[in-house]
Amino acid sequence: MKTVKSIYMIIIMLFLYLPIITLMVFSFNESKSMFKWTGLSLKWYKEMFTDDQMLSAIWNTFSIATSASVIATIIGTLACVGIVSMSRRGQTIVMGFNNIPLLNADIVTGISLMLSFIAFGFYLNWGTVLMAHITFCIPYVILSVMPKLKQMGASNYEAALDLGASPFYAFRKVVIPDIKSGIISGFLLAFTMSVDDFVVTHFTRGAGINTISTLIYSQVKVGIRPTLFALSTVIFVVVLIVLTITNFAAGREDEEEEFFYEVAQG
Amino acid sequence: MYKKILAAPFYFWIVCGTVIPLVMIMYYGFTDRTGRLTMNNVLAIFQPVHAQALGLALLLAFISTLICFLLAFPLAMILKGSSWGRKGFIVFIFVLPMWMNFLLRTMAWQVILEKGGIFNTMLQTMHLPSLNIINTPAAIVLGMVYDFLPFMVLPIYNTLMKIEPSVIEAAYDLGATKGKVLKDILLPLSVPGIASGITMVFVPSLTTFVISNILGGGKIYLIGNIIEQEFTTSANWNLGSGLSLVMMVFIVISMGAMSRLDKSGEGNFI
Repeated sequence: MKTVKSIYMIIIMLFLYLPIITLMVFSFNESKSMFKWTGLSLKWYKEMFTDDQMLSAIWNTFSIATSASVIATIIGTLACVGIVSMSRRGQTIVMGFNNIPLLNADIVTGISLMLSFIAFGFYLNWGTVLMAHITFCIPYVILSVMPKLKQMGASNYEAALDLGASPFYAFRKVVIPDIKSGIISGFLLAFTMSVDDFVVTHFTRGAGINTISTLIYSQVKVGIRPTLFALSTVIFVVVLIVLTITNFAAGREDEEEEFFYEVAQG
Repeated sequence: MYKKILAAPFYFWIVCGTVIPLVMIMYYGFTDRTGRLTMNNVLAIFQPVHAQALGLALLLAFISTLICFLLAFPLAMILKGSSWGRKGFIVFIFVLPMWMNFLLRTMAWQVILEKGGIFNTMLQTMHLPSLNIINTPAAIVLGMVYDFLPFMVLPIYNTLMKIEPSVIEAAYDLGATKGKVLKDILLPLSVPGIASGITMVFVPSLTTFVISNILGGGKIYLIGNIIEQEFTTSANWNLGSGLSLVMMVFIVISMGAMSRLDKSGEGNFI
């Protein structure tokens, strides 16, 4: 029985990681074709830093992800403070609205935002992608911060006020430290979702601008340049190293566990 | 009282980013190019091409959700009883692939499944017949299962871990067989996780256009592909919106069924 279980696990792991290994191997292939192996080469890694299209896609991806997740974290955290002070009924309604972009299909979120941007006279560009990303990032922040805030209750904050703290000071010194782990995981989750998004960006980006995902999609038909494999391999390895260090060395197990947990939500 | 004002930017964003866009999609769905009210865009679902695309999408989404469940439940059971380490590590294993771009991961299956690809070369060396599923609906199902399996495994694993070990021990002490424990305790208690997993696999599978585009060779149309084309190449936004509204009916049904089975939101990750 034990062997059966182990074999099953190994097959599933192979299923999950085989495509990733394939991509990594082909990023070192000398040929441009994904279908034949002609020799080991690092040329795609070199090309990554000279290709202008690639550099602008990298810049767009990370500038949008950073801005969207920072703004979503601020709006979301403030919203949580407001929402917990509402009645139960009001909370349920607001959380229902909050869940819409989370549970809705990406394609519907994408096209509905595109239609609105155009109807209100926005020109589709970097800014519209940013606004679209903020829209789908906020729910993740709220879902991460809300439980922390509820867990904490109102008494600490009220005690600080009774002891003479101003509301802003109490918020900064009492509330924020208590909900910090929720804010951090919400931020990281929002960042991840933004970097990984393709569908919403596809509809809201306009013609001139590419992120890594849309650049890949534009090359699916004609054959993807292995430079993109090289880039994805680099990102994957960096993330793997960062996560491994924070998860296994830093010893802040609880918070990290929660983070992985929440990332899985997407 | 002033606290409630802090949520104002969020309300603004809900109205502008969620409510207005949904109203817009309805407006476009129920009007024609000149702005006149019409049902044609929604009724267009009955045209054979559209009906077939929706039917195929429903079928493939159903099959891939079923396969995901059949793979994920035993897996979650194994993980529950294993010494594979802490919860965090297990989640880590299933989340890690998501950091490789989703389009590229799907693309990689093309390389693996191709006639002269890795998989068939392996079969050949073992003198087995080759498997030609690339550019067929089977390849699309494989892509869906591959991309969305973690969303089924994690909620089920999560609910299984919440079951008190003493409940299971009690059942055994009272003479229950393994099968009975599975049927009467483990399955019913993991319903919230299963329900959440089903929605999280079914909705993206039903609405995808990327997986069918990459692994279907561009010749198999799911409802997502039709809608995407109406917005990009054909530029008939009214028709695209009308078809999206029909598709959303199925999303809403699926989410409604889930919230009935998972009343307390236990199956959620957060």
